[in-house]
Amino acid sequence: MKGLNWKFWLVIASVIIGIYFALPSFIGEIPPEIKFLFLKKRVRFGLDLKGGTHFVIQVQSDKVLKEVLERFGKSISSKLEEEKIGVKEVKVSEDVLEISVPAGSDVDVISDIARQVHPLLKISSTSVSDETLKISFELPPSEKTDIKTKALEQALETIRNRIDQFGVVEPTVVKYGEDMIVVQLPGIKDTERAKSLIKRTGLLEFKLVDDGNNFIETLADKLPEGITIQYEDVQDEKGRIVQSAFLRSGSLTKLSKFIESIKDEIPQGDEILIEEIYHPETGTRTYRTYLLKAETLLKGDTIDDARVRFDTQFGQPYVALSFNSIGAEIFEEITGKNVGRRLAIILDGRVKSAPRIKTKISGGKAIIEGRFTSEEAHDLAITLRAGSLPAPIEIAEERTVGPSLGADSIRKGMMATIIGGVLIIIFMAIYYKLSGLIADLALILNFIFIIAIMSLFEATLTLPGIAGIVLTLGMAVDANVLIIERIREELRSGKTIRAAFEAGYDRALSAIFDSNVTTVVSAAILFQFGTGPIKGFAVTLTVGIIVSFFTAVFVTHVISEYLLTKAGLKEISV
Amino acid sequence: MKIIQIIPPDVNIKWVDKFPYFLGVSILLILISLFSLGIKGLKYGLDFSGGALIQVKTEREIEISDVRKALKNVSFPLNIQNFEGKGEFIIKSEVPQEKLEDFKREIMENLERTFGGGSFEIRRVEMVGPKVGRDLRRKGMLSVISAIIAMLIYITLRFEFRFGIGAIIALIHDIIISLGAISIFNISMDLVILAALLTIAGYSVNDTIIICDRIREMRRKEKGKPEREIINSAINRTLSRTILTVGTTLLAVIALLIFGGGVIHDFAFVLLVGFIAGTYSSISIAVPFAFYIFGEKEMKKKR
Repeated sequence: MKGLNWKFWLVIASVIIGIYFALPSFIGEIPPEIKFLFLKKRVRFGLDLKGGTHFVIQVQSDKVLKEVLERFGKSISSKLEEEKIGVKEVKVSEDVLEISVPAGSDVDVISDIARQVHPLLKISSTSVSDETLKISFELPPSEKTDIKTKALEQALETIRNRIDQFGVVEPTVVKYGEDMIVVQLPGIKDTERAKSLIKRTGLLEFKLVDDGNNFIETLADKLPEGITIQYEDVQDEKGRIVQSAFLRSGSLTKLSKFIESIKDEIPQGDEILIEEIYHPETGTRTYRTYLLKAETLLKGDTIDDARVRFDTQFGQPYVALSFNSIGAEIFEEITGKNVGRRLAIILDGRVKSAPRIKTKISGGKAIIEGRFTSEEAHDLAITLRAGSLPAPIEIAEERTVGPSLGADSIRKGMMATIIGGVLIIIFMAIYYKLSGLIADLALILNFIFIIAIMSLFEATLTLPGIAGIVLTLGMAVDANVLIIERIREELRSGKTIRAAFEAGYDRALSAIFDSNVTTVVSAAILFQFGTGPIKGFAVTLTVGIIVSFFTAVFVTHVISEYLLTKAGLKEISV
Repeated sequence: MKIIQIIPPDVNIKWVDKFPYFLGVSILLILISLFSLGIKGLKYGLDFSGGALIQVKTEREIEISDVRKALKNVSFPLNIQNFEGKGEFIIKSEVPQEKLEDFKREIMENLERTFGGGSFEIRRVEMVGPKVGRDLRRKGMLSVISAIIAMLIYITLRFEFRFGIGAIIALIHDIIISLGAISIFNISMDLVILAALLTIAGYSVNDTIIICDRIREMRRKEKGKPEREIINSAINRTLSRTILTVGTTLLAVIALLIFGGGVIHDFAFVLLVGFIAGTYSSISIAVPFAFYIFGEKEMKKKR
């Protein structure tokens, strides 16, 4: 039995290594004096145990395609005007651009112009009715997919930037399918804030306030309950102090509805946008309007950096911006031309602030001094740094687990594991005596090895994952049951103890192997298909079964061999 | 020391001969399952149907009727249930994707108005849009089918095609009965339950393989013995192991069922049903079925 020696030491060594790797996961805090002795790697808890949020975000990339086609439509029609072809209508539906021109216009010329705008834009059909020639343009499918893919990539990048700067430990942001993104935020407390940061388009615009216009005053008689008209002193273009009217309300819904109802009366080239005002003394919010020139003078894509600062006097937060060279140039020009007027800074259709331009600003620096909380200022700065989303997004899936539920799940999972394990251990010991005890030892080792391997790979443990461990414990003893039953059979046929043990291990091996493979196959399929928690189940099941080959077959074999030879035991009860 | 034995070593049950009786029992169980699946159908959980779920735990023990009253003005049709005793509730609704946010906000506002902010805790929120639901449903079907095919291929490679067919018949038998139990006991079909079904698939074939392995060995050793006797004896000799293994596994499953908490409870229940069905079908259906379908001569010739 020379061969036994190395096997014996292999078992001892693997037990020590297993305990070494598993230990950091078992004890919460290792004393600092011996901390350097251990790896930092340990089992991670999934969102369902740790608490946290899982989002699936759907990027509406169809809308990007529509936007692209609308832009093409504009360029084509302006070029057609240059060629003296009058454009009657430009329409975009789904992925088709439709341009109507007078019947008899030269289709070849139009086709050439379209190709100048985008080389792959082709006429897909034409039709004539009532003096009108309707031409439909389409992009080839590969180009459409390309546009959508790029939109998704950009959205992924933007969201990743935003999340990284939000300050979550170990966030996950990955692509999922053709038009979706999965975001996981472990341990996050304020889900709604994270969601609003992710969801916002992040489009920053600068527009002039139309202060000389008295349109708002004309609304005074029509105001519904809950909306009031107020006046503020502003300077007009010539520097004179004038009174400018605006609407105010405590209800965003009421104000938006009213603005929607008077949409058609707003002067040409103007628009009304809302500002949200936070009152720190009461913690409430009110809403007011601005009458703006609709033209966008400058966009947020020219911003280099944005930081939160606090005003030294009142501690009020503001956001300091710096533009890139192009942005700085445009900003200098705008401010130079409009000294004395108010410039509104708008994010996703909401006015953030509308300061008066005191002097021409060169050097590309600006500040946004809104009436918001420091959290909002923080999120605003993140949004400006991370850039805007190419397409609107929708939350397609949200799963949030509160930390207390996670802690409950851990407690219950541990309870089930301990009770399940103990029941099996007692049963095996009673039914198979010493052989059962050896199998029990293997079972405990199996559990330690599962944790060790999962720690080593920093695998994620989920609630179904804990169920997987419990289940594996039940299944792992299968190998021992097979072996011991086989030994009993061999004993009955008159073999000696030693021979029966050898035959038992020998014969049971193929059955153990084949039967475990099928379980691993189902686990692999589950891993492929499943989402987070289910993946955790597949992982523990697979690891547990693979480990059981070593513990339930090899380790028990070595131990019983040792007992029968070195330890001089005459028999091992089965 | 005396050996403890549940199954006597000289057990001699004529499995192949009694197959018609077992078949009868199985057909009855399958009919009951199909009947329930046909009449009641499967209740899809959130993962597959899409919709929203909010789990709320209140500080004081509030009656479910109070929660209903607090939420009566919510503009979505609600399904409110108690969860693991008093003071904890699950509020469910079918909500289209673009309304998911509104749903959550409305529930929160109404709860805050009635019970006061801070007097309750949102323990869990799950919102699944229909697109994700459809996607998961498709993948779920795909995973079950690919599991069945993978098992068939594996058994065919390692043993022979006929045993593969027998094992797959037993496997489908187990899955139908498990689905029947899911339908009868109103369990919501979701991802966790699907994981249970796939585990049952793996486990069901596991037992069949042990028997096939023994048949393979006996054919080698006891040449000339009629196939019918080999099958009977292979099943009898592995019977003790089969019963004991399912016993230890069921100990684990029962521990999960009782102590694992709400989410794991349904999962463990389906496993319980599936494992019992799986063990039964592996012993009495899988190999005898293959024997009858392919005939004694055909079975022997293959060797």
